[in-house]
Amino acid sequence: MIDKNSVIAANRFGLGARPGELEHIGADSRGWLKSQIARSPPAAVELTSLKPSDEILRAFFAAREERKDQRAAAKVDPVQKAGNLIRDALLPHYLAQAEARVRVAARTEVPFHERLVQFWTNHFAVSIDKPICLGIAGALENEAIRPHVTGHFGELLHAVEQHPAMLAYLDNQSSAGPDSQVARLAARRGNGQHKVGINENLAREILELHTLGVDGGYAQTDVTTFAKVLTGWSIGGGKGRLAGGTEGRYFFRENLHQPGAQFLLGKTYAQSGEDQGLAVLSDLSRHSSTARHLATKLARHFIADDPPAESVEKIAAAFRGSEGHLPTTYRALIDSHAAWETYPLKFKAPQDFIYSTYRAFDVVPPEQRALLAPFELLGQRIYSPGSPAGWPDTSKDWDGSDALMKRIEWSVAVGDRLAASRAPLVTAGQALGPALSQHTEDALHRAASTSQGLSLLLLSPEFQRR
Amino acid sequence: MLTRRNFMHRALACGVLTQLPRLSFATTAGDSRLVLVILRGALDGLTAVPPYGDPDYANARRELAIPQPGGGAGALALDSTFGLHPSLKSLHQRFQDRELTVLHAVASPYRERSHFDGQNVLENGTPAPTAGTSGWLNRAIAALPPAARAPHELGLALGQNVPLVLRGDERVTSWAPSLLPEVEPDTLARLADLYTADAILAMRLKEATAIDALADQQMGTDRATGNAAARPGAGNVARLKLMASTAGKFLAAADGPRIAVFDATGWDTHAQEGAATGQLAQRLEGLDAVLDTLATSLQPVWKQSAIVVATEFGRTVALNGTRGTDHGTGTCALLLGGAVNGGRVIADWPGLGSRSLYEGRDLKPTLDLRALFKGVLQQHFAISTRQLEESIFPASSGSRPVPDLLRA
Repeated sequence: MIDKNSVIAANRFGLGARPGELEHIGADSRGWLKSQIARSPPAAVELTSLKPSDEILRAFFAAREERKDQRAAAKVDPVQKAGNLIRDALLPHYLAQAEARVRVAARTEVPFHERLVQFWTNHFAVSIDKPICLGIAGALENEAIRPHVTGHFGELLHAVEQHPAMLAYLDNQSSAGPDSQVARLAARRGNGQHKVGINENLAREILELHTLGVDGGYAQTDVTTFAKVLTGWSIGGGKGRLAGGTEGRYFFRENLHQPGAQFLLGKTYAQSGEDQGLAVLSDLSRHSSTARHLATKLARHFIADDPPAESVEKIAAAFRGSEGHLPTTYRALIDSHAAWETYPLKFKAPQDFIYSTYRAFDVVPPEQRALLAPFELLGQRIYSPGSPAGWPDTSKDWDGSDALMKRIEWSVAVGDRLAASRAPLVTAGQALGPALSQHTEDALHRAASTSQGLSLLLLSPEFQRR
Repeated sequence: MLTRRNFMHRALACGVLTQLPRLSFATTAGDSRLVLVILRGALDGLTAVPPYGDPDYANARRELAIPQPGGGAGALALDSTFGLHPSLKSLHQRFQDRELTVLHAVASPYRERSHFDGQNVLENGTPAPTAGTSGWLNRAIAALPPAARAPHELGLALGQNVPLVLRGDERVTSWAPSLLPEVEPDTLARLADLYTADAILAMRLKEATAIDALADQQMGTDRATGNAAARPGAGNVARLKLMASTAGKFLAAADGPRIAVFDATGWDTHAQEGAATGQLAQRLEGLDAVLDTLATSLQPVWKQSAIVVATEFGRTVALNGTRGTDHGTGTCALLLGGAVNGGRVIADWPGLGSRSLYEGRDLKPTLDLRALFKGVLQQHFAISTRQLEESIFPASSGSRPVPDLLRA
């Protein structure tokens, strides 16, 4: 039996109902959600043909070297060459990864699991506006996030912070401790031109964005010390003194690492090498500030822009009590009363709107360009949040008047495209069930054409919100 | 064929919008235009506005230092201490034309180093990153004197959505170029009906149709120019130039917005920052071109225009380990326009010696950005000190408005 909770499960927790999905969920909405997080589903077929990040990086490094040689020989314009290099060696991988992500989201039968994947990808945001990330942003999602979405947060954190996409995005791969072998050698050579030293970007964003949260109780000295701890977390490859590891894969560079014990967040970390950073990450992954930060973000994403304190507290308690066991944490979210009360509340972000449109009509454009174009048009290109904070997650960030006009323009185009094969009231019933209001139903009845009716359905308040 | 503009006229005739009697914009405040350009990511103010005359400058900045004035790669001198980055050529011309004031060693009241909290403080106008959900420009619109009020939206965000600085109770609008054809007025009318029970969507639709009507009026039916710059791969500078020229056209309209905001990103130079040339130099060259485009499009109202360029905080004075800079504190800000009392550098310079730095690493701020914002709002829009300190910038009475920013 379809009831309001089936609609909430499909549209708020999931990615929007496909035809037949509301019936499939039936009366046991919570059971349907919980069944998706007990374990990770088998990898979607769309993802299996994607190249791994190390292969992509190796091909990119090789192409870069080759062009360097060509440039030395032929004196080709370096700016144009760089553009071509990115277009040839990285862009095709981006397009394939983005396409695969959209196809999975449009068709998956475990949409709550998929939304969680996307939630974590946005939590651990990298952005393709940094050229190197263009080829491997999707690989971070597929290689570091998907395998750990139903494990412990500590495992997820570990996998993400050692993924080449994160190390490159936050500039950690060349960060060198002031007393590391490489820094001491550079100092002896008196080579002022090529200063080596710390870069604190990754350390800061791990504390601020990935774990404790900005008010989680750390200071600038903790950031600087943590940056020393993380020196050496790098990517394999390189030449001369910096050769080492497998090219394109995570590699701990002992010769960049700051030796010695470090004191941060009230504790001494006496471990040596990579273990020091792993010990800090492990503590951060179980910290009560991390629990609160993550619970707040989960509740904001799934319940309301201003998440109810009671829900946040319950989710945080589940996280703390299970030492960051994610399925336990998600179950507290599902069992939160507030998630099932007022509906709809959240204004869909552009990606949600597009996924739910593809799902409601059970249509995915066959051509890559057509499939990806609306994300750009509506202002949320796949894997391009533009900052390590990820895409914003409240209505006010997405409900600009021009943003609405863009949705209108796109919905009109979709309505025109599908008018021959879809009926507005049938799709409305399949997508919204009992959440379809009488007012919208009347408007669909009165629509001047099938095309207009389909557009009005997509633009209706109940389809724009979740 | 009906256009969106006709739809608007019809909407007006049907009383969808309340048509108030035309106000006369006789006073200065009513004629003033303001554009805020937010540089997100923390601009390195020591590269954009190098203090080449500071005896510690070259040593503190090492390979980041911009060469002394003279020669192609040298700083463009403003006075005996400060210069502009060599990429900022049109801004330098404006300085010589007394249309640009440069402020240095400025910072918002925020003293931590998170971009996101820093931008919140820059935009919400309070000392706290989480204080409230409205921005100081929105509250400034609410505080405009009666002569500057109007029945239409006075605030405009260039982009699909509205940034925090312009959010709040006062109605504002947003605009960005589109690749898709215009929507039939009949569909818009039906949507207006569909949204009767959804106050927010109803309001957004009204705002969107109004600004589109103005776009038709100011830019004609030719959407092609906009389309080219909106197309994927058109490039960041092309997109920003379009935003700038559009902002100018909207602001020049007699019954258009008075205050516009847009963002430029890409200033977070943690690695391979470059100096006279390189990554940041390219960004600055783009910014110089974008501001020039903005000035050109504002020509009809240039004498009444002021443009403020600000960023959330500065960067470390010293080079980091990856030939870039990390998050810092003090930086520069720019004020330009035909209404600006320019050709001046405003800086209580703290110096770059290691003992002068904030927390031993950053340029020490000696001027609160809010003092700049307050000065502009006070002198440009005749907003009272009481409102500046009570509603727009609460808890800012220690930072008095910078005097004489605008021509009397």
